[in-house]
Amino acid sequence: MATPGTTAAPPAAPPPPDRRRPPRGRRTTLRYGRRDRISLALMLGVPAFLVIGLVWLPAAATVLLSFTRWDGIGGLETIEWIGTQNYTDAYTLYPPFEPALRNNLVWLLFLFAVPTVLGMFFAVLLDRELRGGPVYQSVFYLPVVLSLALTGFIWQLIYSSDQGLLNAFLALVSDRPPVDWFGDPDINLYAVLVAAGWKHTGYIMLLYLAGLKAVDPSLREAAAIDGAGPVRTFTSVVFPALLPINVVVVVVTVIDALRAFDLVWIINRGRNGLELISALVTSNVIGEASRVGFGSALAVIMLAFSLVFIAIYVSTVLRGAQR
Amino acid sequence: MTATTLPARRRRRIRPARAALHAFLLITALAWFFPVLWAVINSLRDYDYTTVHGYLSLGGFTLDNYANAWTQGEMPVYFANSLLITVPAVVLTLFLSSCAAFVLSNYSRRFNLLMLAVFLAANLLPPQALLVPLFRLYTSIRLPYWISESGSLYDSHMGVVLIHVAFQIGFCTFVLSNFMKAMPTSLLEAARVDGASVFQQYWKVVLPLCRPSLAALATLLVTWIYNDFFWALALLSSGDKMPITTALQNLQGAFFVDYNLLSAGSVIVALPTLIVFFLLQRHFVAGLTLGASKG
Repeated sequence: MATPGTTAAPPAAPPPPDRRRPPRGRRTTLRYGRRDRISLALMLGVPAFLVIGLVWLPAAATVLLSFTRWDGIGGLETIEWIGTQNYTDAYTLYPPFEPALRNNLVWLLFLFAVPTVLGMFFAVLLDRELRGGPVYQSVFYLPVVLSLALTGFIWQLIYSSDQGLLNAFLALVSDRPPVDWFGDPDINLYAVLVAAGWKHTGYIMLLYLAGLKAVDPSLREAAAIDGAGPVRTFTSVVFPALLPINVVVVVVTVIDALRAFDLVWIINRGRNGLELISALVTSNVIGEASRVGFGSALAVIMLAFSLVFIAIYVSTVLRGAQR
Repeated sequence: MTATTLPARRRRRIRPARAALHAFLLITALAWFFPVLWAVINSLRDYDYTTVHGYLSLGGFTLDNYANAWTQGEMPVYFANSLLITVPAVVLTLFLSSCAAFVLSNYSRRFNLLMLAVFLAANLLPPQALLVPLFRLYTSIRLPYWISESGSLYDSHMGVVLIHVAFQIGFCTFVLSNFMKAMPTSLLEAARVDGASVFQQYWKVVLPLCRPSLAALATLLVTWIYNDFFWALALLSSGDKMPITTALQNLQGAFFVDYNLLSAGSVIVALPTLIVFFLLQRHFVAGLTLGASKG
């Protein structure tokens, strides 16, 4: 009877100091002079002004514009409020919309199926003392430092229909006519995905290498003592310990798939088999006939998808930062 | 006794597996490196030679493509543009985000998480989702002609710098605030006792200690901002202000493409990031995983 009372007391004790902490903080801020308060306000205020003014407010304005019709040229008074018309038009009257959605989905599934799995596999292979390990690592993440635009140019040397390596090679082994890898709408998406995956794999590998280094080695030792083989150790011990990294990888991959733009724009401005939502937005907005409201509706669809995953990401990493 | 025999036995059994592993890694690594290697090989070959003998031939080696790409592609102008965008953007991003991180990690307990979320999420938004209003905002902000020839923020390097800064502040603030939170509070307290102002605490005590993460972030920012294609395309209109990433398109004629010339151009454009990568590899890798390993 006395024991529960005494054991209950210590846990009850900590909260008061916690509750007392904010006032103490406030009292110290009061001690700062005017100059200090001004510098604190500027040091946080200027960055916050830039982020909110140039990123968040425009994003919010895009949402508003998506309910309007506007050619983008006339003044703000020429904006016409049309409700959800743009959204229904996108679904019903805009032929490239459906292929773009499908291509974005294919892009996402491919990134998960090939580069993500491969990147994890490379990381597992390289996460140990291995002769030449650092060299292999460097080679795998070399494409990460090249821009996507440059990646497009480099792969053009392989895919070009008349001067590309792939067709030159195919001509040696068969006498079929050359394949237009980037031009044929049935296959160009997959050709581009190989190039995109080439870049994505290295990044995923790096994330997993960092994650694997953080896995407690005693977990593996325990698994080895219990007689688990390397595969079993990975699936039931290491992989579950990688949960936070897995969340990051999933989100990074989804967001990369959504934001994919440079490659298809370099190749054919996102047309003829390479439709992506990001390219549709861009061509609706900065093309000759700009349809601002409609382009904004497409952008809002992108925004909505990405915000879901951004929320997951931010809450995961901030919870990590709290710890 | 078992401890000495077990590793020996294991090592002997694993040797063929090791060999297979090395063979696999070697082949994949070669395949991975091949596209870059192919670009380099092609850049060193003569166009006329390859049209006659095909690309699967040997010979016709020359350095002319580099000279031609450099002059025909007007590379010096575009490199200067990239420099004028990248350097201020990286410096400003690091300065502003370290300021924000300093305040958030030391002074603002209540808004800390909310502000970090606002900053970090901004970094991940799709750029296309803010294109129209931003474009409108940029054209309506008037600037004196000595700052921008176009008379507005649109079509000026400053405008591109600002949007890069706004986008990247989020990630850098997050990374730096994690780093600053791990610092012992006694350092700042000592500085306060000595009468250091808030800015002095930041500039003289905290910032020098952040050097490793600043270096990692700088490497990363240089490659990201230098490699940017979208913002330059959207916010610049005069061809002579474009950064180097868009210059390659000039080497790609409408009716005919000299792939050797294009390869040389690609190699030239890739060179700065490759140099950064090889010289600062450690920082680069550290930077890429800075945000993730905390998760």
